[in-house]
Amino acid sequence: MADLEYLFFLGCLIPYRLVSYEVSARRVLERLDVRLIEMPEFNCCGFPFAPANYELTLCLAARNLCQAEQKELSILTLCNGCFATLNETNKLLEEDGKLRERINGYLSRIGMEFKGGTTVKHLVHMLTEDVGLERLKEHVSIPLTGLRVAQHTGCHIVRPAKVVGHGDNPEDPKMLKDLIRVTGAECVDYMDEAECCGGPIIGVNEDVPFDLTREKLERVKAAGAQALITVCPSCHMMYDFNQPRIERAFNQKLGIPVLHYTQLLGLAMGIPAEELKLNQLRVKPTDLLSQLKR
Amino acid sequence: MAEAQIEYPRVVNIQRIDPKFKHEIIRMPGAEGINLCFQCGTCTADCVISRFSGFYKPRRIARMVQLGLKDRLLSNDDIWLCTTCFTCVDHCPQGVEVSSIVRALRNMAVRENRVMPSVIKAFASNILKSGYVYLMPSSRLKRREAEGLPQLPRSRVEDLLELFKATGFMDVLESAESIDRIELKAGDRRG
Ligand code: SF4
Ligand code: SF4
Repeated sequence: MADLEYLFFLGCLIPYRLVSYEVSARRVLERLDVRLIEMPEFNCCGFPFAPANYELTLCLAARNLCQAEQKELSILTLCNGCFATLNETNKLLEEDGKLRERINGYLSRIGMEFKGGTTVKHLVHMLTEDVGLERLKEHVSIPLTGLRVAQHTGCHIVRPAKVVGHGDNPEDPKMLKDLIRVTGAECVDYMDEAECCGGPIIGVNEDVPFDLTREKLERVKAAGAQALITVCPSCHMMYDFNQPRIERAFNQKLGIPVLHYTQLLGLAMGIPAEELKLNQLRVKPTDLLSQLKR
Repeated sequence: MAEAQIEYPRVVNIQRIDPKFKHEIIRMPGAEGINLCFQCGTCTADCVISRFSGFYKPRRIARMVQLGLKDRLLSNDDIWLCTTCFTCVDHCPQGVEVSSIVRALRNMAVRENRVMPSVIKAFASNILKSGYVYLMPSSRLKRREAEGLPQLPRSRVEDLLELFKATGFMDVLESAESIDRIELKAGDRRG
């Protein structure tokens, strides 16, 4: 069995607001014999600063990439935004010599240099490509048969396709669907699955993200899904944490539980719901859990 | 036959054009393709934000950059509405990256000390204290320990400050005017 080992990049939002994602990820990855090496030192990936100063973003991302280079490990993220920023910076600085020189000029002030040669993967890529669906299937002890869910892959692990790589289809993402099907659950299709949650602009405007989120949850509900599955803390905040506020704003009951994929997978592996922190979700998955018990 | 009345409803005041503008934008990463935009409108058709804002239409942004309408672009808060979903990047038949061009516009507005979302100012203040853009309450750190989770890795914040200074971000952090909330203009929002 392949020994898988990654430098684990947790990001900021997960330890701040969504420990349920971290805990459930650590639990399932442990079972899959995936070893997570903690970052020796950390700073935010740089994503939030790109609108204000893209060079600063490149510096902040490169600082993390340098640590992976030194450790000779690939970086693993659970967050779409961290993946996009680290991956894009890595590729951009490897390909564009002039820009690399410029950024290395800044980094030299803190005694660092970007050399390149590492790779960045999101959980979805890692599970699909490195662990593989076959091996995942072997770990499924309680198939979630009869459960109907929908997926939200999010933007930054599929677009822009030429920067992301990994071959998923940004118009009709398949990787997360396949990962869901491995658990025995059914993954239903719905309208405009690839549309953005609006999360990145929530700091300057709530109306648009709330409208986009309501629209998505309505469509998920109309498709008969019992839950929405996400793989990004920012998307999860939009659909779960903000769902009661959206219900109030639009005076409309939605009631769609939103699970991290690692929670769904964990349930199928027979890990108890408490250990996967399902109780920490804002929209309680009570019906879903009692259906699984039956 | 009477001469047809010709109307020019959208006059561009030539004095408000900055001929250097697009050449400055082109030098910023990802914005290299701006001259290749042939105004097909694919980006606007597929943009999630263009449904909500009368101003923010990626095709129009591209044209305004080509024309050199710097002030009109940099002074409109709606340029901060792009979610960076990258649909426009994937769909453009000419390989123009409107979202990267919009990033270049935002960067320029910040560099010229015009505006910056206050949420980014808050993130900046937090990362310079801890390396994280959120300040983790000590209760949360204790709970991590109690649950057997590894300690969060620390950060050399003095190094981060050095990078903030080197990239010129420190100079504008306090002085750029804050944007707290972008109001959608009446009639913008689709029904
Ligand atoms: S899709 Fe590309 S070429 Fe067409 S209008 Fe948009 S930026 Fe221009
Ligand atoms: S990246 Fe921005 S401009 Fe492009 S489609 Fe998405 S929201 Fe619109």
